[in-house]
Amino acid sequence: MNCKIGFYIVKEYLSWWSEVQMGPPDPILGVTEAFKRDTNPKKINLGVGAYRDDQGKPYVLNCVRKAEAQIATKKLDKEYLTIGGLAEFNKACAQLALGPDNEVLKSGRSITVQTISGTGSLRVGANFLSRFHTVAKDVYLPKPSWGNHTPIFRDAGMQLKAYSYYDPKTCGFDFKGALDDILKIPEKSVIMLHACAHNPTGVDPRPEQWKEISALVKKRNLLVFFDMAYQGFASGDIDRDAWAVRYFIEQGHNVVLSQSFAKNMGLYGERVGGFTVVCKDAEEAKRVESQLKILIRPIYSNPPMNGARIASTILNTPELYKEWLVEVKDMATRIIRMREELVGNLKKEGSTLNWQHVTDQIGMFCFTGLKPDQVERLTKEFSVYMTKDGRISMAGVTSGNVGYLAHGIHTVTK
Amino acid sequence: MSTFTEVPQAAPVAVFKLTADFREDSHPKKVNLGVGAYRTDDCQPWVLPVVKKVERMICEDQSLNHEYLPILGLPEFRSSASKIALGDDSPAIKEQRVGGVQSLGGTGALKIGAEFLRRWYNGTNNTATPVYVSAPTWENHNGVFSDAGFKDIRPYRYWDAARRGLDLTGFLEDMEKAPEHSIFVLHACAHNPTGTDPSQEEWKKIADVMKRKKLFVFFDSAYQGFASGSLEKDAWAIRFFVSEGLELFCAQSFSKNFGLYNERVGNLTVVAKDGDNLNRVLSQMEKIVRTIWSNPPSQGARIVAKTLTSPELFAEWQGNVKTMADRVLLMRSELKSKLLAMTTPGTWEHITQQIGMFSFTGLNPKQVEYMIKEKHIYLMASGRINMCGLTTKNIDYVAESIHEAVSKVQ
Repeated sequence: MNCKIGFYIVKEYLSWWSEVQMGPPDPILGVTEAFKRDTNPKKINLGVGAYRDDQGKPYVLNCVRKAEAQIATKKLDKEYLTIGGLAEFNKACAQLALGPDNEVLKSGRSITVQTISGTGSLRVGANFLSRFHTVAKDVYLPKPSWGNHTPIFRDAGMQLKAYSYYDPKTCGFDFKGALDDILKIPEKSVIMLHACAHNPTGVDPRPEQWKEISALVKKRNLLVFFDMAYQGFASGDIDRDAWAVRYFIEQGHNVVLSQSFAKNMGLYGERVGGFTVVCKDAEEAKRVESQLKILIRPIYSNPPMNGARIASTILNTPELYKEWLVEVKDMATRIIRMREELVGNLKKEGSTLNWQHVTDQIGMFCFTGLKPDQVERLTKEFSVYMTKDGRISMAGVTSGNVGYLAHGIHTVTK
Repeated sequence: MSTFTEVPQAAPVAVFKLTADFREDSHPKKVNLGVGAYRTDDCQPWVLPVVKKVERMICEDQSLNHEYLPILGLPEFRSSASKIALGDDSPAIKEQRVGGVQSLGGTGALKIGAEFLRRWYNGTNNTATPVYVSAPTWENHNGVFSDAGFKDIRPYRYWDAARRGLDLTGFLEDMEKAPEHSIFVLHACAHNPTGTDPSQEEWKKIADVMKRKKLFVFFDSAYQGFASGSLEKDAWAIRFFVSEGLELFCAQSFSKNFGLYNERVGNLTVVAKDGDNLNRVLSQMEKIVRTIWSNPPSQGARIVAKTLTSPELFAEWQGNVKTMADRVLLMRSELKSKLLAMTTPGTWEHITQQIGMFSFTGLNPKQVEYMIKEKHIYLMASGRINMCGLTTKNIDYVAESIHEAVSKVQ
């Protein structure tokens, strides 16, 4: 196969892949890789958004364990799900988002399909819009948005644009900037809205602001794509976190919606999600459903059962559902408490900077306002790992490390 | 005016519609010979005993959680899955030029492979590269590759309807005529839908042409172990091609051989020239996976990995697989005997010569319609039957019905 010529080895056949470039490491997952290599006992991983308990450990919800035990007794088979997934899950998933008494659900004018968590939902949605929403190829994302939104829509064949969202001066919502930009969006374009707990900034519009956004979006005749990955996880209240989605629908927007159960049920690796299209009527919903199936079949045929079965059991069993609501609230509460402790500790350190945004922001992430060079110092000198944009996952903060974290942040910002 | 006013109603996927129709049928003697899932002799789905055991172990293991898997999947799963395809003593594995991408079933593995090839094979983003699929083939092959962006999907001759066997001459000719660098999707064993596989000698001829014409080998391996009852035998073609020095992709499914249909357990095995090429390929696979499902589901992969990496469980699994394969072989032999005993018109050797879950009976569409409408026996319009749908209790009825259909309907 190989012959040696001097010091060079000449391969008889070239590989098909000689021209394949090495892909750059994922900016978010790369943080965890670096964290793992660090030997500092005080190291903290504030990179990826997965909930951790106050000991910094992954948390399997009690209601999940109970649901699993219940499922185990049923001795179910492993036959293929239909392309659209587990029906009981889909129904409960839609009800969770829209509220059980929602007119949309009663009239049957929506369709929900089970998807591979939030990513899978966004991709199915993007593919669907790319194929059927041919009047406009542009998707408008908030600036900034979850890093993976862009490649998902791009790979689906859509074009990415942005509207102002985050104001770095206030570390808050640039309401005026957002409205100004939305006003200029061409009719029928797709606009992506984070339903709650905006990723990566943690900055959400207030209800009055949502109302204005809704009115403007209606005026501009835009197609709304809601990404709801943190229902329940943001405020601790599932209805409150879904308020924007429900309001928009009430106001007549026929939205498309992605839901994830990775965070709020801790089912990360089981890949549980849903994609919903609110249609004009039940007949349209049937047509849309048939096309979603055509889209899904050549990607993965039909979705995985395990996680959907767990989620469905929880959502459809009253005692488990109640228990879940409490556990979600507990997770959200711990995060809120850590925000308060972080600010308190920063003050104790003697920081004179304004850290109000840390407690104003909501959900798993906090846009600290740290600059890249400050982030680098925080990592190098204190072994605190976060993404370069200054985003930290509050879930990685514990009562055990919040003091150390505050000390590090104060040191690099004073 | 709705955004979706113009969205047309799509036709349902044929094989699932067949099962839906079967379900609605109230005839007491109805038989479903449609979709490809194993059934016991009581016509029940079968959760493999080893799977039940391992699931209990996983459930009881309090140290396990539901955290994200890495983008490419569970490491123990990826390596043990590739090992199953290539063999314990595979030189390619020893040379560290084999990698796996855990995927959502066999479909998912094909999808990731197709997306990669469209971006990086034969130039960059070359959607014009011809993709050859067998005539006939699993209907979703076309969908996977065309959705991945390939514009030129062509058939290669495979099934000889007159002889009810492999059209090797046509197959080899189509390969000789294929443009250089064309992609060929090959069924590793238990061809779907015909059940007709090349012999080892025929595989050697195929490999020879693929090498000479610089064609890309993309194996679809959905039935390893299930076809003959032997993992090694069913992987012979893949291993031979690797031993010939070819780089290739192999989409593996654990739906059938582990009975894990709904957990979506698959693996795309990548065999590259060397570790450096492999690493670059895998890094690009990550980018593709990230925008489709981010990371794969954990349950099914855990079950398979645990089973494959424990000698006891592995042996138990092999036994379970043989149980399934043996029942299928028995049904094949019984069906053929009964047809011969009734002197049903036509030749029926193909029933036992064909291998795996499916058999191309040779029934024409009119005869198939007769079977469905008059006899309430559901099979694909192509004449494909799932042998697993046959049981000792229904085989007489099915054999008689085939006899009737062939005698009455031309």
